[in-house]
Amino acid sequence: MPNARRRVTGYRPGERPLTAYLYILPGFAIYAVFVLLPILQTLRYSFYTWDGVSDPVFTGFANYADLAKDDLFHIALRNNLLLLVFYTLFPIALALLLTALLTRYRIRGLSLFRAGLFVPQVMSMVVVGVVWRWIYNPTFGPLNQGLRAIGLDSWARPWLGDFRLALPAVGMIGTWVGYGFAMVLFIAGVQRIDEDLYDAAKLDGAGEWQQFLAVTLPGLRNEITIALVTTLIAALRTFDLVYVTTRGGPANRTMVVALDIYRNAFGIGRVGYAASIAVVLTVVILVVSYVVLTLRLRSAAEA
Amino acid sequence: MAELSNTLDGREAPPDALSGRGQPVAGAPFRTRMAVTYVILTIFLLIAIVPFLIIALAAFKTDEEIARNVFGLPSVWSLANVKDAWTQGNFGQYFRSSVIVVVPVVIVASLLSILSGYAFARMRFPLSRLLFFSLLLGFMIPGEAVIIPLYYNLRTFDLLDTYWAMILPDIAFSVSFGTLWMRGFFSQVPQELIDAATVDGSNSWQTLWRILMPNAQPAVLTMGVLFFVWTWNDFLLPLVVISNENLRTLPLGLAFFQGRYTSDLPLMAAGAAIVALPTILVYVLLQRHFIRGLTSGAVK
Repeated sequence: MPNARRRVTGYRPGERPLTAYLYILPGFAIYAVFVLLPILQTLRYSFYTWDGVSDPVFTGFANYADLAKDDLFHIALRNNLLLLVFYTLFPIALALLLTALLTRYRIRGLSLFRAGLFVPQVMSMVVVGVVWRWIYNPTFGPLNQGLRAIGLDSWARPWLGDFRLALPAVGMIGTWVGYGFAMVLFIAGVQRIDEDLYDAAKLDGAGEWQQFLAVTLPGLRNEITIALVTTLIAALRTFDLVYVTTRGGPANRTMVVALDIYRNAFGIGRVGYAASIAVVLTVVILVVSYVVLTLRLRSAAEA
Repeated sequence: MAELSNTLDGREAPPDALSGRGQPVAGAPFRTRMAVTYVILTIFLLIAIVPFLIIALAAFKTDEEIARNVFGLPSVWSLANVKDAWTQGNFGQYFRSSVIVVVPVVIVASLLSILSGYAFARMRFPLSRLLFFSLLLGFMIPGEAVIIPLYYNLRTFDLLDTYWAMILPDIAFSVSFGTLWMRGFFSQVPQELIDAATVDGSNSWQTLWRILMPNAQPAVLTMGVLFFVWTWNDFLLPLVVISNENLRTLPLGLAFFQGRYTSDLPLMAAGAAIVALPTILVYVLLQRHFIRGLTSGAVK
């Protein structure tokens, strides 16, 4: 108790708790009203059957039980998992591979390359979607035009309208958005690694590949973690891109969880049900982020 | 997350970390490696920007010119498409809406983040950890977790179809990242600096604005450009809370436009260019800040 007491009174002049609260209040109040409160409301809605108009009816875990049997939700969830391959695995693997091939010495004009590689990060996903819908357009899209121009007419496809190819086609846009981000992270990271570590590995007779495994990969631990968390979350919550390119079609082949939430809440008046999907999505994102960050902290502790 | 974000942005990278080390002894393997490096970087740089270049070119071209060769230059560099998109396509109005939303969000969210970040970094008070972690939550959760009640709350207060319906939630989301960001910055200021000011009779408010803020410009600028891009590009919120066409922001306007005029490529390209141009401009001017901010563990 004496300890606690001292903590509470141990302020320097002008640092009374009330002062601190005054600094925090304006920002936190608006945050509480427009973010914190809605999070709790979403949780609450998820226990009700509600169409948004009539009186909500408390139905306990009924929405969650329905979720377990909802084929469309399962399709959406599976599609999000497949998109992980395109949004997360491909960009990071590609960026690591390229980073391994690049020189570790001074690259002239690197800032120009960095700036260009980063452009998709700055762009509205709606613009990205519009651009790629055009590129993929079956009749006048540059992709099919290019294929025809080099005699590969039989390869031309209605990419976003094809049952089997639509999801990979959307996924490739995700890969395209993400790889530059990962490359910029990794190039900067590699140049921070102590050159002595590479020299020591060489003295031990390590080849290029072994140097990559023994020095580069561990040295990029932080950067890989950031790339993982960022792209995993992007894949799990992807909405804008799918909404603009396919709206989940054809025949739900590109339906994703975020779009399913939107459709249920604002399309077909299943508000409580949509809230339960939102809760599941949020929990998945928090758990995935937590796991990646914990793994990284553990590996940092071992190193 | 706090820890992670400090690993990269916290310590300013040594000057050579981003530009590479000095030249090693030249030799054949070194030259090959350099050549490979430039080839790879060039190829992937092109893949990243060519889609935007062809749409930018298309904005100046006619239908036939686009059909003939997507990479070809327009015969006349005419702004006719952009003018049409601006007036007939209503992008002028969308642009206006976007500016009306973005400007207050960036200014107010920056100000509120500076204040709360300062308190979390330099003051001790009960519940500070709890409050801080609840702010962190807003930085990690997806928009879908709040959008449904947000819609009904805004409806209750008759705020649907107003600029407020976008401005207020966007400030709230921004403040969560901004507080984290400014706290990171203010935590690094040496205590002696603040003690010296306190001894001179400066109160916390004066210390913040006279001692700390003059050095905070890069941190505030990074935060500001991130707020700008996030708000400018925001799609889900306007999609849900806006139905009046005149209040649509640019990304929302473009999405609806594409739904209706899929085949009018020159006009759509011009519209996309109008949406993209402001972010590109800010990016070109402040790219260092963008990259620093987005690679420092920003999860959004």
